[in-house]
Amino acid sequence: MDNNKKLSIICFSGEFDKAVAALTMATGAAAVNWEVNLFFTFWGFNIIKKKGGHTPVGTGFLAKVFNLLMGGRKSAPLSRLNFAGVSPKLMTGMMKKQNVATLEELYQAAKDLGVNLFACEMSMNIFGMKREDLDPAVKEVIGVPSFLKYSEGGETLFI
Amino acid sequence: MTVETLDITKDHCPMTFVKAKLALAKISSGDVLEVTLSGGEPLENVPKSAQEEGHKIISIEESGDNYLIKIAKK
Repeated sequence: MDNNKKLSIICFSGEFDKAVAALTMATGAAAVNWEVNLFFTFWGFNIIKKKGGHTPVGTGFLAKVFNLLMGGRKSAPLSRLNFAGVSPKLMTGMMKKQNVATLEELYQAAKDLGVNLFACEMSMNIFGMKREDLDPAVKEVIGVPSFLKYSEGGETLFI
Repeated sequence: MTVETLDITKDHCPMTFVKAKLALAKISSGDVLEVTLSGGEPLENVPKSAQEEGHKIISIEESGDNYLIKIAKK
């Protein structure tokens, strides 16, 4: 493997379409032997929650309300034309019909390919979450210096 | 030596490359993976990335509208 090929993505967005974009880039790069790091921060944190739907996780009343409203990977909204959550389901159906990988398939593929999943420490604190509220596949909870260390020398994207 | 087959003609990017990579990861050293794929991106990049990982491309044959690539795992 060529160790110079490295892609790091700051996954800031929790929307269905933006998560699909980030995971498509991540899995495509990993499949052609790039090292890939995904750093989930702020709204992107929803993608790596252990419970994929609208669940009141977190410590404290406000954190629970926020997490309930935001939901997770399985309830991620479209950034446009969401229509109260109907559109992501319709789009997933269209993706399946056209043999295009769905969000869930891409997320699983990323894990199968050994893509490094990192959670942002600051976001975890804001949303009152604990390590056990996250997908066990998350490798580490890190801050900016560690992300810079892991991404150094490669390409970095912000989605 | 065992021979595994994989058809990615109906898949699209990135799953074409993802399925090829995962299928190669599952077989043992010396085993052969026969991948049926379509022209363009998959034909260009599946053998290339397999070679980059040290696997051997045994052959690339046209098969109707598609291609059959035989890869021996390192």
